[in-house]
Amino acid sequence: MYIDPHVHMVSRTTDDYQRMALAGCVAITEPAFWAGYDRSSAQGFFDYFRTLTDYEPKRAEQYGIAHHTWLCINPKEAEDLGLAREVLQIIPDFLEKPSVLGIGEIGLNKNSRNELMIFEEHVDLAKRHDQMILIHTPHLEDKLKGTKLILDALENADVDPGKVLVDHVEEHTVELVLDRGFWAGMTLYPDTKCTPQRAADIFEIYGQERIWINSAGDWGPSDPLAVPKCQQELRARGHFEDMIRKVSYDNPFNFLSQSGKFRTSIG
Amino acid sequence: MNEANCPMDRDAVIARYFLEHRAKLIDLAAFLDRIDRAGGDGAVVDDFRIVAMRKAIEELLKHQDGRARRIQEIFSDHSTDPIAEAPMKGALGAFNPDEST
Ligand SMILES: [Zn+2]
Repeated sequence: MYIDPHVHMVSRTTDDYQRMALAGCVAITEPAFWAGYDRSSAQGFFDYFRTLTDYEPKRAEQYGIAHHTWLCINPKEAEDLGLAREVLQIIPDFLEKPSVLGIGEIGLNKNSRNELMIFEEHVDLAKRHDQMILIHTPHLEDKLKGTKLILDALENADVDPGKVLVDHVEEHTVELVLDRGFWAGMTLYPDTKCTPQRAADIFEIYGQERIWINSAGDWGPSDPLAVPKCQQELRARGHFEDMIRKVSYDNPFNFLSQSGKFRTSIG
Repeated sequence: MNEANCPMDRDAVIARYFLEHRAKLIDLAAFLDRIDRAGGDGAVVDDFRIVAMRKAIEELLKHQDGRARRIQEIFSDHSTDPIAEAPMKGALGAFNPDEST
């Protein structure tokens, strides 16, 4: 049994839902992200948010998976301040929906001034509406710098670190995030981010408090079964079942339940 | 409850993972050979990604814990100020010191 707390199902087939259900998935959360191209208007985001809040939960339900979402304009489209602010204005209309857990995945991509400005405006929106936050940290060479900028901005905004998850941590950023009291997410990707083996190493080195794993499955090279594969890796190394359950079920369950809206298909 | 460290002993770790990582090492060697064989102008050693990779390879030979973290840091941008404008969407895998703004 597991929760995949970060997966972009709009880019996956129904076969993936079936395979995830067969592998023990009982709940997922889907952050709003980049579509692989820039949307031409705020209306494009309005329709995307409708997909995430209306259509996708129904598709997941057919396979016994409880679907939830996070809303935002992602950092890759935040360079256009005008568009970003228009999207920020339509988000509050969706926050009352039963499956919306908060604001995400916000963060930085290339660590630009505009990205940082829009990130801070999202954090402000989350604070005003008492929402939890899911954060995307940049890729590859940009991750270390971006993670530091994000953590500083969060501290300046005085948000409760217990209600913020900083995702896509790796060996050089996990400690920064955990030391400041935030939750950390590890993304299991075939080439970039963590493999199941390296995620298992990080659990062994940094412990299993306030940390989870996800597949971040999307339209790129990614694996919607990455979480059960990491469970398998931990099992093969001889870790106890309660440790495996903690990182793949209890931790996401406890973090996400703070929203008051999170549920799994088993209760 | 926190379990520290790997429950497997050293022999078991080596037995389980050796072949996988032996293959990755040969892949890496073949990649460097491929660059040498490839056409094109300019000295290959100047490419910032390969320069960073050579530094990372030196890190592998050190008998000191924390290799993965140090290699991640070698590939990283260590500047601290936000840049003026995003030049592209993606990332290249290593920081390019010649294009820092
Ligand atoms: Zn994502």
